Amino acid sequence: MAVRTVIPFGPQHPVLPEPVHLKLELEDEKVVGVTPVIGYVHRGIEKAAELNSFRQNVFLCERICGICSITHALTYCQGVEALTGVEVPPRARFLRLFWSELSRAHSHLLWLGLLADALGFESLFMQIWRAREMVMDLLEMTAGHRVITSTCLVGGVRRDIDKEMAKEVDKRLVALKEVLDSTAAPALLHDPTIKRRAVGKGMLSKEQAELLGAVGPTARGSGVAIDMRQTGYAAYKEVGFEPIVETAGDSYARTLVRARETYQCIELMRKSLAMMPEGEILVRVDGYPKGETISRTEQPRGELIYYLKGNGTNNLERLKIRTPTFANIPALLVMLPGCEMADVPVITLSIDPCISCTER
Amino acid sequence: MAWMFPTIIKNLFSRPATRRYPFKDIREPFPGYRGKIYWDVSKCDLCGDCARVCPAEAIEVSLENRQIKYDPFKCIYCGTCMQTCLPMAISQDKYYTKPAAAKAVETISVPV
Ligand code: SF4
Ligand code: SF4
Repeated sequence: MAVRTVIPFGPQHPVLPEPVHLKLELEDEKVVGVTPVIGYVHRGIEKAAELNSFRQNVFLCERICGICSITHALTYCQGVEALTGVEVPPRARFLRLFWSELSRAHSHLLWLGLLADALGFESLFMQIWRAREMVMDLLEMTAGHRVITSTCLVGGVRRDIDKEMAKEVDKRLVALKEVLDSTAAPALLHDPTIKRRAVGKGMLSKEQAELLGAVGPTARGSGVAIDMRQTGYAAYKEVGFEPIVETAGDSYARTLVRARETYQCIELMRKSLAMMPEGEILVRVDGYPKGETISRTEQPRGELIYYLKGNGTNNLERLKIRTPTFANIPALLVMLPGCEMADVPVITLSIDPCISCTER
Repeated sequence: MAWMFPTIIKNLFSRPATRRYPFKDIREPFPGYRGKIYWDVSKCDLCGDCARVCPAEAIEVSLENRQIKYDPFKCIYCGTCMQTCLPMAISQDKYYTKPAAAKAVETISVPV
């Protein structure tokens, strides 16, 4: 009988940008059991949110995650707007969609680069991050900051995109698409090394994904068409949205979902800029949040849930945040057993873990 | 590898895509970049609104000393103070704070 050994994977590991610790039980080279340990980067943001005023919380929530900061701010603002009964002007909703999709493109390109890096494909990594730099420039141009944009406010958005800038943005988006077409897409679609490392690895069947409550590209890679953008928040209803689904359920399917979503982001951004109605972008918010609500949006990694409880004062009574990685960890525990030790980094990466979000 | 070859050959003969920060080749920030905060003291009436709304508590306004204390290392460059100030005494530069060896608080005196 093979000897069982326990090998720690993380919290510091060359391919992991995030501090998750997995205790891997191995039989020779084969993984037979996994125990996850999280709790290395808890920051107490939920408690801090009870002490700040509800307007200041927008900037606190943005700092939960550096990559999808706008989606966190958007989810929080939607919650507070529901509690105060504020109607957001249509133009602001289109701008919110634009920035959410821009941060999604940023997140997916970052992840595709990290995947190439984890596979040891350095030149592809650099090419994808070069394309990502174009997205960062767009963020700086439209929002004023590269990472934490601070554009979303309770009652609307802070910045407008005028006609001239919209034209320039459109031009840059087309250029981004061309760069992706000529570098990232062919390598991801045809490279035999990538396929050998990802196809058939980290299987998650449709039934398992539904049973374990997987969200985002992890669920969509297994054929579950679940995407919060279908609910039509912000301006997704007007712009029109169809989730991208792959059915294979392996690491490669999840990669393809993200690669195809990056293209979809570009299309959604261009559509939202073209369809944006004229009008104001920020309305006055009177009164304080009262009652409780749940606000749900789609982050690049999956469904994000905010629970807010207000008591009619300037501070919230409770803010609870459920991030997508938390929902995807059970799915990861099903994917890993049965794989080789050498495949663990790529499979772990394939759920796009964001532990800083998870622990807040 | 045929699909990577044209890119690799092109990269061999082109300029590096990275910028050699902080030595040279630093791109100008786009107009509207939200950088350092500065005050036009002639407009400020020391109402203290900016300090109240600041999410990072980076501003302290003291009416007795007629002083504003601003900590650029606490500031998150959100621009809320600028938006709140009624007499429009606050503006935002398009350059970010340079890296520094020590943190320092700026003291701005407001003349009567
Ligand atoms: S800068 Fe503006 S908000 Fe701040 S104290 Fe002066 S007048 Fe008031
Ligand atoms: S920009 Fe934001 S963090 Fe900085 S001083 Fe103004 S309100 Fe405070």
